[in-house]
Amino acid sequence: MSPVSFLILLPFLGALAIIMTPAKHAFAWRGAALLFSGLAALTGISIFLGFEPGSAGFQMVGRVDWNSDIGLTYHVGVDGLNVGLLLVTGLVGFAAVGVSSEIEKQPKMFYVLLLLIIGGALGSFASLDLFFLYFFNEIALVPTFLMIGIWGRGEQKNYAAFQITLYLSLGALVALAGLICLYAMSGANTLDVVVLSAWLKEHPLPAASQTLIFGLLLFGFGTMVGLFPFHSWAPLGYGVAPTATAMLHAGILKKVGLYALLRAAYPLLPVGVAQWTGVLAVLCLGNLLYCGWVAMRQKDLNLLFGNSSLAHMGFVFLGLASVSVIGITGAVVIMVAHALLAALEFALSGYLYRQTGTLELSKLGGAMRQLPFVGAALVAALLAGCGVPGFANFAGEVTVLFGAWKALPWHVVAAAWGGLIIGGVYMLRAIRQVAHGEVSPLLAQSTDAGGVSRIPYLVLLVPLIYFGVAPTGLVDRIKPSAERIVARATSDLPATPAPIAAEPAVATASAH
Amino acid sequence: MNSSLLVIEFLVALLGLGVLLADLWIAPTARRTLAYVATTGLLLIFTIHAGALAPADGTAFGGMFLVDGLANFFKSIFLVAAMVVLMVSTRFADRLNGYGEFVALILFATVGMLLTASANDFILMFVSLELITVTFYILVSFQRNRLSSVEAGVKYLIFGALAAAFMVFGITLIFGSANSTNFFEIAAKQGELAKSPVFLIGLLLTFVGLGFKISAFPFQMWTPDVYQGAPAPVTAFLATGSKAAGFVLILRLAYGVVPELASKWSHLLLGFAVITALYGSFCGLAQRSVKRLMGYSSISNAGFLLLGIASANETGSSAVAFFLAAYVFTTLLVFAAVTVVTADGESDDFSAFGGLGQRSPFLAAGLTIGLVSLAGVPPLAGFFAKFWLFKAAALRVAEDRWFLVAILAACVAVVISFYYYFGIIRAMYWPRHTAETTPVDPSIPVRLAMVTCIAAVILMGVFPGGLVSVARQAVAGLGPATAPAAHAAPVAAH
Repeated sequence: MSPVSFLILLPFLGALAIIMTPAKHAFAWRGAALLFSGLAALTGISIFLGFEPGSAGFQMVGRVDWNSDIGLTYHVGVDGLNVGLLLVTGLVGFAAVGVSSEIEKQPKMFYVLLLLIIGGALGSFASLDLFFLYFFNEIALVPTFLMIGIWGRGEQKNYAAFQITLYLSLGALVALAGLICLYAMSGANTLDVVVLSAWLKEHPLPAASQTLIFGLLLFGFGTMVGLFPFHSWAPLGYGVAPTATAMLHAGILKKVGLYALLRAAYPLLPVGVAQWTGVLAVLCLGNLLYCGWVAMRQKDLNLLFGNSSLAHMGFVFLGLASVSVIGITGAVVIMVAHALLAALEFALSGYLYRQTGTLELSKLGGAMRQLPFVGAALVAALLAGCGVPGFANFAGEVTVLFGAWKALPWHVVAAAWGGLIIGGVYMLRAIRQVAHGEVSPLLAQSTDAGGVSRIPYLVLLVPLIYFGVAPTGLVDRIKPSAERIVARATSDLPATPAPIAAEPAVATASAH
Repeated sequence: MNSSLLVIEFLVALLGLGVLLADLWIAPTARRTLAYVATTGLLLIFTIHAGALAPADGTAFGGMFLVDGLANFFKSIFLVAAMVVLMVSTRFADRLNGYGEFVALILFATVGMLLTASANDFILMFVSLELITVTFYILVSFQRNRLSSVEAGVKYLIFGALAAAFMVFGITLIFGSANSTNFFEIAAKQGELAKSPVFLIGLLLTFVGLGFKISAFPFQMWTPDVYQGAPAPVTAFLATGSKAAGFVLILRLAYGVVPELASKWSHLLLGFAVITALYGSFCGLAQRSVKRLMGYSSISNAGFLLLGIASANETGSSAVAFFLAAYVFTTLLVFAAVTVVTADGESDDFSAFGGLGQRSPFLAAGLTIGLVSLAGVPPLAGFFAKFWLFKAAALRVAEDRWFLVAILAACVAVVISFYYYFGIIRAMYWPRHTAETTPVDPSIPVRLAMVTCIAAVILMGVFPGGLVSVARQAVAGLGPATAPAAHAAPVAAH
């Protein structure tokens, strides 16, 4: 079995093991969840280390004909695009199980649902067949709804549970309509990206169909990421979700939409890319500026994090809109970095909430003094969030700006640069209010995370700094794949029925 | 004459008569055994149907009765649905006066459904549909001491009679213009018949009658009231068996008898499909009664199925067959849970399901799986059913952009339906008001039925390939060119 298949299988096995364990061995539920998510994290690390940088093809491929008659293949593998995402999914999954020790209500169901989300996320990143990418991603939908409803906090949890579910399913269905159109119109009778891209190279879709399908995919997957103006579900959903769910959703599941755009829409629909990137370049400013602006006005730490994560998605969209090797490489670096960052942010805010019962910025203060470890980690996360060098986010954001500078009009880049400043304003303000100042009465009774309970935070913080200091490990792996995607996305651009030109650009793509 | 083709129908009818007779001697307290006996009998008949003893393809009664892939596919669905309904109804036995009669009527309705699957003539089609409808008049109002049940029965009677009148009038016109009621003969001359307005009106009126069976807009009015008033196991059978019976006839007519007209009318069908789906979704939003909600859900699903009919391609017909198979298991799963809850507490309001997650985790998990599958979320059967159905419509998008509009409208209908399906899930796991906490124990037959349905729903969702192949084979015999030739009917293939 391919190590990638093994990785996907682990969380589902864990969920099964927990379901089978009767209530008299209740302690084993958390144990099993930790064991299986920990194994998944280790497998993710070994896949990342075993990945051979410098090649654009797929490695560690596993392939089973699910049903060749209707063109479904279970096809998994890693390339530069998903190897980093699989790594952080494993890490965030383990950290999310780690911080969930406070769950007392129905812990069995909680861990089963949590492992289902992790398994769904791993499966959708690993799948090279778009049907399974979608399939795995949707597995996480119902667990998210149930977790927010049952273990969520605050008055608005009911509203938020429905809002997030309806938004995500609307986005998913629009994307599904796009995928089905691709499936039906290509004539290849498959959604396996490897087969499909080879097929479409020979038989390109008509320009009108490409534009149509790309639009459906862009808005469908875009909604799942929180692309402006379909973003309003995210901050509230993360604000009320239990810590582990917010970590996984903001950190991991949100990246599935971006990943799917890079995996499916970009290499398969070059005409669509050319048609839509202008729109994307404008919409991403909505994320960068508008969501950043909203974040500045937040009085609640979780809502601040939720809005800032939308602003960060703006950078990824900017990278996508640039359709350049540098820009897309940077976008993938941000996806990896932000997965760690968002998970860390929500893990820390969850800790503060557990200790104080509130996340209102004005009621917190002096966290550094009272909680040295958590406070320091929080400051690190907030600094990473405003793009300070030394954290992986910086590496990604600066690369994206370089890529965008070459490809996009200068005022778009200038506006994006303004987004960086807005990010600096709210993040630094949050540092001042939460970390420094007088110790607030609510924080005065709280205790710092000590001993093993620090592990989940370190699991997220250490790679965030490591990839910030030495981003080459990441960039070297991503770059060949980014080159392949850009080569395909900018190939046969003259939308003529017989695209004989632009063959040289495709040469690198045929590596797989 | 080849009456051995009807062996399945004969056996089920005999079983029904046997139950009716046995009911005279059996003690009232032991009537539940009748349901167990009937289920076992159906299981045996099912093994005959699915096994080597099954009648070979062919026609009987002068081409009136036809056994082919499509008929066999739907007969399996009907037999399974009847078994599950009987098992689930045992939980309801105490509430039903004359339970033995109830079991027998379910079996007679099943005979009607089996006959519709094989109907190859407008006359047999009408008779078998009436056999279903008339038994359901009784079944719907079976709880004679409950006002809502009797009210539902009267409504169903009036609407059913009206629809039957339309249909029989339509059949007269068809007979008048085509000089035949046989499907093969009409298929052979559909080209010239399409020019006859009398034939067209007759066909439309027949579709009106069928639209009533499947509760398509604008013939859906009865659905919510009847679903709500009827005893839960009856509603389950109405939503699955009766609906599938309507669709097998629509499939046969649209794909086998008048395919040219059906593709000419694809915009008409598409319009009704979209309106039906949206109507069911929007009206479901405000409901608080789960059975009533399932009525609207049933309307909405009829809309999706019509989308497959409107697509008029091979994927479309196989998608309709797949969708119905998935829908039957999913709906039965939901109604099994609803039966248990309503058998205990009478009410089927959302609040009756409050805290079910605590009262019976098994029941709540089963109901959740059913609802999520209805909503169409992977890895469950409902997802692949919608995927395949939308693919059928997407195949037409390149030539006709209205299909894209229809797909997107169907997506909207699906998202709206998420809201109400998830509303029930929410009531089970985090009720608005503190609900009662007495544990519920689904009896062993209900558990068995639910486990079967859960397994089917998950297997169809994760490994859809097998069923798709079966569905494709089932619909392969449809179509004007192949059908008459394959069965050597007395008409020339054109």
